Amino acid sequence: MDLHNFLQEITQKDGVSGYEDTIGDYLAGAFAPLVDEVRKDNLGNRFFYKKGSGEDALRVMLCAHMDEIGLITTRIDEKGFLSFSSLGGFDPRTLPGQDVTLRGRELTYGLIGFKPAHLWKEDEKGKAVKMEDLFIDTGLSPEILRERVPVGTVAAIKRNFLSLQGECRAGKALDDRAGLAVLWECARELTRLRHNAEIFLVATVQEEVGTRGAVVSTFGIAPDLGIAVDVCHGTFPGAAEHEVSSLGEGPVIAYGPNIHPQIAGKLQETAREYHLPCQKDFSTGPTGTDARSIQVSLEGVPAGLLSIPLRYMHTSVELVDLEDIKSGGRLLAYFIAGLNRSFVEGLSCF
Amino acid sequence: MFLKELSAMPGISGDETKVRNFIREKLLEMGIKNFTDTMGNLFAVKEGQRKDKNPELMIAAHMDEVGLMVSSVEKSGHLRFYKVGGVDEKSLISKPVRIGTDGIRGVIGAKAVHLQKKGEREKALEVDNLYIDIGAKNKEDAEKVVKPGDFVSFDTEAESWGSIFKGKALDNRAGCAALLELLSRKFDCGFTAVFTVQEEVGMRGAKVAAYRINPKVALVIETTTAADFAEVKEHNEATTLGKGPALTIRDESVIVHPQLLERLIEVAEVEKIPYQFRRFLGNYTDAGAISQSRSGVPTGVISTPCRYLHAPASLINLNDLRHLVEIAGGFIRSVAGKGLF
Repeated sequence: MDLHNFLQEITQKDGVSGYEDTIGDYLAGAFAPLVDEVRKDNLGNRFFYKKGSGEDALRVMLCAHMDEIGLITTRIDEKGFLSFSSLGGFDPRTLPGQDVTLRGRELTYGLIGFKPAHLWKEDEKGKAVKMEDLFIDTGLSPEILRERVPVGTVAAIKRNFLSLQGECRAGKALDDRAGLAVLWECARELTRLRHNAEIFLVATVQEEVGTRGAVVSTFGIAPDLGIAVDVCHGTFPGAAEHEVSSLGEGPVIAYGPNIHPQIAGKLQETAREYHLPCQKDFSTGPTGTDARSIQVSLEGVPAGLLSIPLRYMHTSVELVDLEDIKSGGRLLAYFIAGLNRSFVEGLSCF
Repeated sequence: MFLKELSAMPGISGDETKVRNFIREKLLEMGIKNFTDTMGNLFAVKEGQRKDKNPELMIAAHMDEVGLMVSSVEKSGHLRFYKVGGVDEKSLISKPVRIGTDGIRGVIGAKAVHLQKKGEREKALEVDNLYIDIGAKNKEDAEKVVKPGDFVSFDTEAESWGSIFKGKALDNRAGCAALLELLSRKFDCGFTAVFTVQEEVGMRGAKVAAYRINPKVALVIETTTAADFAEVKEHNEATTLGKGPALTIRDESVIVHPQLLERLIEVAEVEKIPYQFRRFLGNYTDAGAISQSRSGVPTGVISTPCRYLHAPASLINLNDLRHLVEIAGGFIRSVAGKGLF
């Protein structure tokens, strides 16, 4: 299987925050041949463990979240339309006309509906649609819906994986399935490399609702250092230059208070040594990624963050460049292969 | 019926080629004589079983759909676009599209929710603020595969959910499917079916088609808006899915000839086919152009109710479409039997 196919597979599996079993089971199967042990914890985090060759027993954690933002139904109205609220942050303007998959007692498809133009009042025309104006339309009667998709059913965004020009791909949940693809590329690369450290690749749950999977998995592993692999904003027309990174110019190494400077430095150095493209990004506080929780777990875990540039985050047409993912996987594999006890000990010497 | 195929293919007003070719192929398979005119209207001459019955009846369904057109290619490789017809702007964001005759894939992106300033999300994003991303590295890279003037259609999977059908361009591929179905049946009298172009930009194809055919009477097969939602009062619903095809009494472009409307109602009542009236006076159809052709043509309109008209994905109830075919078929038989006026 190549990267395109892997990414296609994992973006077609649902995994709304708190309901990650489908994507988790798929990942367990996909990583199993590349690692020594596959495990699941109490919250559903998946650990893919790979032994190291060294005696100094370094423990390294790399994580990417497998949950995606989604919807949950809150009401079935008298004509059979479903009201919903969101699990994770949506811009309601991206939702009209969106296909969804409802995993009720029976798999049911729906379309996010809204009232047509002839019913918009004059003063509503320039205004954005609000979440409460939207509903899920399945074409089914309230009686059937109460049986098949009771209130509280989770709905996932439905979107085919799209091949665009060159190495660009678009689809849903690439935040953070792109990160999981980096871990997969890294695991494949590591089968060819000698590495001292024990490696815990983690597919975390519930990042979108507060990095909760990272909190407990860092505790469970107690690593010497942890790196989150997530996505960052890619360029788009009208973007402020400092807020975005370019697609196709390599993964992005994060700097700032959330990131241990020596981890960022070593990632940078590794990229230089192996002639891998990379970019920099600066955050002024806790990043909006699993790294924010890794850093303050246990007695403190040195954290790093590597991000894949992605356009249109939290829409169903998130867009990435496969080359960035490949470079990211390679960069992390070489980084891990270059780790030793003295580097890790140096992380507490300020 | 060929609804799934017809819904999936692009056919923006002015670029109906793929739809026309598909329909022509079906006409050839059925052995029906057909021809085109200078605008691209496709005419099918349906022979009746009895040569003495020739009511000079025209039945029209438009092939075109609303969509977009590339207006320029930005330095970054992003594409700006115009609307073609009354596209529902509020549902453009976060949708895949196909561009030009090669169907190059693109997506309509928008600023991530994380980067928006307070208040930004309150405003609707209009076409001026939107763009298509095909994943090109820059302008030069993009111009290898797309150019200004390329037509853009939605990229929506056509699916059946029981009796509900979901797809793009159901306005008016549902009508095209119904007209093809009528052409495949046997009637005593003949009629001229016209698959028209450019309805969505002002009933332009129907105007010249009606002039050419010079019919005594015409029937337009359409797809019309349904707003049968819980919060909407019944008189504002326009039409309701599953309650049968909708008969137009009047809209912005036509007042249906009372005797013709009566005949349509009679057919439905006698044959016990469900129908409803279109309870909304806005918008236009090809009937506007046909009814004012030459010295005037009594023209009726029968439509399949459709939710989310002019949006990337619409829903219809297939039973409504089947009943539409039954009423239209009954109408043809009725005209053959006792004429109209």
